[in-house]
Amino acid sequence: MEVKEAGYVGEIYRISGPLVVAEGLKARMYDLCKVGEEGLMGEVVGLVGQKVLIQVYEDTEGVKPGDKVENTGMPLSVELGPGLIRNIYDGVQRPLPVLKEVSGDFIGRGIEAPGLDRKAKWEFKPLVKKGEKVKPGEIIGTVQETEVVEQKILIPPNVKEGVITEIYEGSFTVEDTIAVLDDGTELKLYHKWPVRIPRPYVEKLPPVVPLITGQRILDTFFPVAKGGTAAIPGPFGSGKTVTQHQLAKWSDAQIVVYIGCGERGNEMTEVLEEFPELEDPRTGKPLMERTVLVANTSNMPVAAREASVYTGITIAEYFRDMGYDVAIQADSTSRWAEAMREISGRLEEMPGEEGYPAYLASRLAEFYERAGRVKTLAGNVGSVTVVGAVSPPGGDFSEPVTQNTLRIVKVFWALDAKLAARRHFPAINWLQSYSLYVDTLKDWFAENVNEEWNELRRWAMEVLQEEASLQEIVQLVGSDALPESQRVLLEVARIIREVYLIQYAYHPVDTYCSVEKQYDMLKAIKQINDWFYQALEAGKTIDEIAGVEGMEEFARAKFEENYKPALEAALEKIRKNLLGE
Amino acid sequence: MKMKEYKTITQVAGPLVFVEKTEPVAYGELVTITLPDGSTRRGQVLDTSKDVVIVQVFEGTRGVDTSSTVRFTGDIVKLNCAQDMLGRILSGSGEPIDGGPKIVPEERRPIVGAAINPYARQYPREFIQTGISAIDGMNTLVRGQKLPIFSGSGLPHNDIALQIARQAKVRGEGEEFAVIFAAMGITYEEAYQFMKEFERTGALERAVVFLNLANDPAIERLLTPRMALTAAEFLAYEYDLHILVILTDMTNYCEALREISAAREEVPGRRGYPGYMYTDLATIYERAGRIRGRKGTITQMPILTMPGDDITHPIPDLTGYITEGQIVLSRELHAKGIYPPINVLPSLSRLMKEGIGEGYTRDDHPQWNDQMYAAYAEGVDLRGLVAIVGEEALSERDRLFLKFADEFERRFVQQGRYEDRDIEYTLDLGWELLSMLPERELTKVERKFIEKYHPKYRKGETKTEEAAEEAS
Repeated sequence: MEVKEAGYVGEIYRISGPLVVAEGLKARMYDLCKVGEEGLMGEVVGLVGQKVLIQVYEDTEGVKPGDKVENTGMPLSVELGPGLIRNIYDGVQRPLPVLKEVSGDFIGRGIEAPGLDRKAKWEFKPLVKKGEKVKPGEIIGTVQETEVVEQKILIPPNVKEGVITEIYEGSFTVEDTIAVLDDGTELKLYHKWPVRIPRPYVEKLPPVVPLITGQRILDTFFPVAKGGTAAIPGPFGSGKTVTQHQLAKWSDAQIVVYIGCGERGNEMTEVLEEFPELEDPRTGKPLMERTVLVANTSNMPVAAREASVYTGITIAEYFRDMGYDVAIQADSTSRWAEAMREISGRLEEMPGEEGYPAYLASRLAEFYERAGRVKTLAGNVGSVTVVGAVSPPGGDFSEPVTQNTLRIVKVFWALDAKLAARRHFPAINWLQSYSLYVDTLKDWFAENVNEEWNELRRWAMEVLQEEASLQEIVQLVGSDALPESQRVLLEVARIIREVYLIQYAYHPVDTYCSVEKQYDMLKAIKQINDWFYQALEAGKTIDEIAGVEGMEEFARAKFEENYKPALEAALEKIRKNLLGE
Repeated sequence: MKMKEYKTITQVAGPLVFVEKTEPVAYGELVTITLPDGSTRRGQVLDTSKDVVIVQVFEGTRGVDTSSTVRFTGDIVKLNCAQDMLGRILSGSGEPIDGGPKIVPEERRPIVGAAINPYARQYPREFIQTGISAIDGMNTLVRGQKLPIFSGSGLPHNDIALQIARQAKVRGEGEEFAVIFAAMGITYEEAYQFMKEFERTGALERAVVFLNLANDPAIERLLTPRMALTAAEFLAYEYDLHILVILTDMTNYCEALREISAAREEVPGRRGYPGYMYTDLATIYERAGRIRGRKGTITQMPILTMPGDDITHPIPDLTGYITEGQIVLSRELHAKGIYPPINVLPSLSRLMKEGIGEGYTRDDHPQWNDQMYAAYAEGVDLRGLVAIVGEEALSERDRLFLKFADEFERRFVQQGRYEDRDIEYTLDLGWELLSMLPERELTKVERKFIEKYHPKYRKGETKTEEAAEEAS
């Protein structure tokens, strides 16, 4: 990033926290600058007359007016190539392990660290030959990056169409030339892409395949499609981060990008310590082998937090362009919005609602719109699914970030502090949440799981809805006053809640529940429901029905690695005790 | 470095002083202002440009006039760090106020600590036994955690903090915690209570106290927690000590932050607090933790009073989003005469899952915890129903849960200020309460634990009843 021309060096006029104003500097919006003697990274966010406003990604203490500012003339970009997987980056794609090597346990300032390792060698296998014509976005070869992930090396989308004049096979660093085009363009294993510009694709496709998460309440009741968008708002302590971690662990995406945006340091450490130990249920390999982490914790500079979601989604789009299904977890988008608010406040912009900038809604929309299932330039199908956590102040969903997010996303998983307080986890409120993909995904579930799936789902949801209205009566007069058939319904609803909806994230078996198991469990509950009503007709009392022997075993069957025999044995016991031989 | 002195104050607004026509002054630079009467005030550069420099004055601007001299020191705010800090009482800005000698610095550290690289952190796992059942059993604290107490005015949060400071230990290790106590805007009486207790138990020898009392300048409070944490980092990482940092009262800190923000005429966020309060609080709270390869640890216990007991107020709200859980005190329990009045339902420890169970506390602890929570939550819900339909209308089962909730508060949560319960006692006591419920209601614990710990299956073994008698 050497500075080329005169005019690209200016002088600092003013410093106010992360905002630096420079003068005498030639700059375009979003140019990357190096600020002060230490060369702190910053980005141009405004131009006022002769003055250039720069948001700085590092702490500005000790920087003085009169210090120099250099404009690199490049927008903030990420490096895309082999070496991304298993890495952990800060908000501007500096690898944290490298920062630790350079500055120790605490993050120093002014450290330049390229996103990709310059020394590592990768085995490149070409897929095209000399003389072949190639288009932007086309795959020209592969690198086996981890045991699980094969990186496809693409012609960068910003390179012109051409004919391959040279292409080499063998072991290369990311900076070596692996191919040459007829116009002299040298291609490398990596290329750079500006984070604020969405990567191009041919067209968006309808989202008709679910992202299976292994979480019963999500897959069964509120599924998200591959390429879809979902939001998890909830007050603190309601389980946003645990849910995000569960999605990162178990969703059936090929690549997971996890963005820790302004959250706790220990949560990132947890991911770092846990993911290499956990096995992907589909490949049997450690989950870390498909994961990229972006960590800009709450105490790291606020401007880099603003950039971190763009860094993350650009990396996600890059893997999408190879034809992969990518899931991106952003925890939390509220911290991102707050970073925007903070920068906007320093810029003295006219505030919108609650001090957030007026462009909050459009920025959120732009971000979520980068999700999607697409036909890539190479002709494959790839997808980026975005799940954003929202941390509404005081758990109040009417605040601007939650509201503006809900206007965009198609799936809403509402976390509920009351459920969390009684340790009902995942604390997702089944009456408030919704998924607009239920209809588009119907066919997939009917074809790939069971044709009864949709009917079972509808039935279970109806029971839960019915329970909610009956509960209002129970609150007033007690459950004794209800007719027996309604008390049976309450009991069935209780089973759905306690056995089906409650899922233990920290139980080795229950943490992940395949769709087949989900179907078996739901089907069994429906079966029990039918027997309950038969027993009632046969004259059993509600207490006899609710207290039937076998329910305890039934509730525990989900914890068995091999759940089917346990489930069947429990069912058989319940049937015998209720209806006799 | 050449000292730069100016007599060009053009404006004084609240805690801010505006100085013009200066040489370049660095952002964050430490400033000394000399008043016409010769007294000095310290401040820090908040905003700097070629035309005007804005200085926030820690000791207040009373008496500052346009003829005062402003000196930019070329340095940033630092704390004199030394092992000798232990046993000392310092002011809110780090000067000794106990009449003792000056602290000879081994190192001068900037009080704004750099962020710990998440890659360098080690996940906290070691169980800290506080001897308080409602914490150890229900919301376990681990070493390196930041767990605040959300209190209200008039509640005994100080007693609880003291009890924790007195009793906290990691089992199997004789080593005690060194306590760093930072008081921000609390009254002399409260501070006196802490000091007396520290002296009485001899804990002062292993403590560093930073005092900013209610009548000390409000803006100084912005320094106090950072001073305290800088001392904590020095002692933890240079001298391998396990540090417990108690910060009280964070509400006063936030008020000071709001005052500065208002004086700068910034766009306010919720309830007038600045939009960057989350980031600012994070730079304090995130300084807790453990680092791979280093022996010392920093555990934080900030105390804050929720204005109007409102947990959705920006101060507790933003705190809860940063800290790893919270201990919530309840006025209702306090009114019932229960000490410590910890309401376990909204309380939470995010790190407990890794610090409890076999090898940490006891194998039954995780499921025991779920069961205790579920049973108590159900009992509390039923109280609402009783208020409407009366206890007679309840089923036998419901009445048992109601009784459980009462006993839970009266026997489990309630304990003496000097009662130090070990974790086995806490867990057994829980089992004793659970045994009031029919066994088939204990759905959250596995059969094997019921058979191992349920009083019905271990007659004559439990020692809690006798112990309870002794205690009473």
